[in-house]
Amino acid sequence: MTASVEQRLVEAVAPGVVVRGLRKTYRTPSGPVEAVRDLDLTAARGETVALLGPNGAGKSTTIDILLGLQRPDSGEVTIFGRSPEEAIAEGRVGAMLQSGGLLRDLTVRELVTMVASLYPAPLPVDEVLARARVEEIANRRTERLSGGQTQRVRFALALVSDPALLVLDEPTVGMDVETRQAFWTAVRGLAGSGRTILFATHYLAEADAYADRAILMARGRVVAEGPTTEIKAMVGTRTIRATLPGVPVEQLERLPGVASAARRGESVDLVCTDSDAAIRELLARHPQAHDIEIEAAGLEQAFLQLTGDEEVAA
Amino acid sequence: MNALAYARYELVRTFRNRRLLIFSFGFPLALYYAIAGPNRHEHSLGGTGISAPVYFMIGLAAFGTMNAVLGSGARIAVERTIGWNRQLRITPLPARTYFRVKVLTAYAVAALTIALLYVAGATLGVSLSAGHWVEMTALLLVGLVPFAALGVLLGHAVSADSVGPAVGGTTALLALLGGVWFPITSGVMHGVAEALPSYWLVQASRVGLGQHGWGATGWAVVVAWTVVAAVLARRAYRRDTERPAA
Repeated sequence: MTASVEQRLVEAVAPGVVVRGLRKTYRTPSGPVEAVRDLDLTAARGETVALLGPNGAGKSTTIDILLGLQRPDSGEVTIFGRSPEEAIAEGRVGAMLQSGGLLRDLTVRELVTMVASLYPAPLPVDEVLARARVEEIANRRTERLSGGQTQRVRFALALVSDPALLVLDEPTVGMDVETRQAFWTAVRGLAGSGRTILFATHYLAEADAYADRAILMARGRVVAEGPTTEIKAMVGTRTIRATLPGVPVEQLERLPGVASAARRGESVDLVCTDSDAAIRELLARHPQAHDIEIEAAGLEQAFLQLTGDEEVAA
Repeated sequence: MNALAYARYELVRTFRNRRLLIFSFGFPLALYYAIAGPNRHEHSLGGTGISAPVYFMIGLAAFGTMNAVLGSGARIAVERTIGWNRQLRITPLPARTYFRVKVLTAYAVAALTIALLYVAGATLGVSLSAGHWVEMTALLLVGLVPFAALGVLLGHAVSADSVGPAVGGTTALLALLGGVWFPITSGVMHGVAEALPSYWLVQASRVGLGQHGWGATGWAVVVAWTVVAAVLARRAYRRDTERPAA
């Protein structure tokens, strides 16, 4: 395939994935549900980005829209400067969707070969089978595979086009620990070869270990974004909440053990990396603080806390 | 994209599906011998002027091919239920190629059904001129077009669990009312039959008399069913692809 000069230029400067102002509302019997609310996200070329969030955060809806499987109510998505449909038609996108069975009455090898035939420049089938570690089940019919084996075949199908962008929607759900590790080793091998990888997960550890950057989503919005070390500091923490009027947030942020502070009316929320040090110092300097609560922030709580203001607004 | 390689595996799959093969080949053949065998010397079945071996040869070819073509389209329901259609939508495979390959596969099975029934017919003494064989076959193949569209429609309208009964029931009903089991020559039943595409499949047997199979009515019915089923199938497909993930 020959690309025009213009096309190549666009390709050289265009980032991997850009999502702008995405909105999607589902109509349900119990009223409309806003799955995605004004979402922006980007993934640079060659970057591995984790989309982290609890169930119902809008991760799968975002991925579906990114893959052209659903149409957004508004907003736009580009993949390497193109629409999702164009990028997919060119075979640049490989994806492992969250659910999905395999076509029956074919062997694993036949199924991979069949899907490979749909792409302009697929990888050799043997290479795909090896990378996805399905060689030993290559001649088995797809309807006779275990859950873990099915997952591996679905990974093979995501790889077969030799995609520049690999999208994985909660790929390790249902995998045992060993399979999970081997899976991520394979993904890491792919990341090394310059591919852009976007994966959704609700395991912080996965984002931490395998992503360059994490995007935290909750209730359809991005609530935090950054290198996984920062995210980890943000969520592997406790929060001190106290009623403390009149003290500037900046001052509270300088307390030892405090990562960030936020004010909500008369009360303040201190996200702490060391809550013991922070509470001692807080009471020493601001003895008027009262109604104090300290809570451990699990991932779910951290998400909720990060969107706490919004909950009040909504 | 290599649509031929894709089609090849779709064919391989189809011929590994035992249920489809039993209903498209085994059943029609067995029923043909069971029904036409004892009546092999009947030269004018029910006063139609058509011999029993010719009438039932086409009747059971119609039955088997209806089942094959409806069933092949309706299996889309299974692929939808397991999420395979979402997997395909993230490949460069255009939707129209997907449907074409489905229809092509259905016709491959149907062609084999027809060939088997012709051989069976020959063993019961059916003998026609080459021109008549060709014309009869052509009418059967054209007469199956509305069933291809109906199959795709069923594939989007029913769930994987109900595909079997839906295809079986539709085939059985259309076969009965279309005159597969006995000629329908008069009365209300004839009026009803004439409005059904299955009746015109069976009417291809009139070619054996040296008559033309279909008049204007036949063509109109086949075209109308095709158009209506295709429009509905298209709408069902659109609605399906707009639906959010479960």
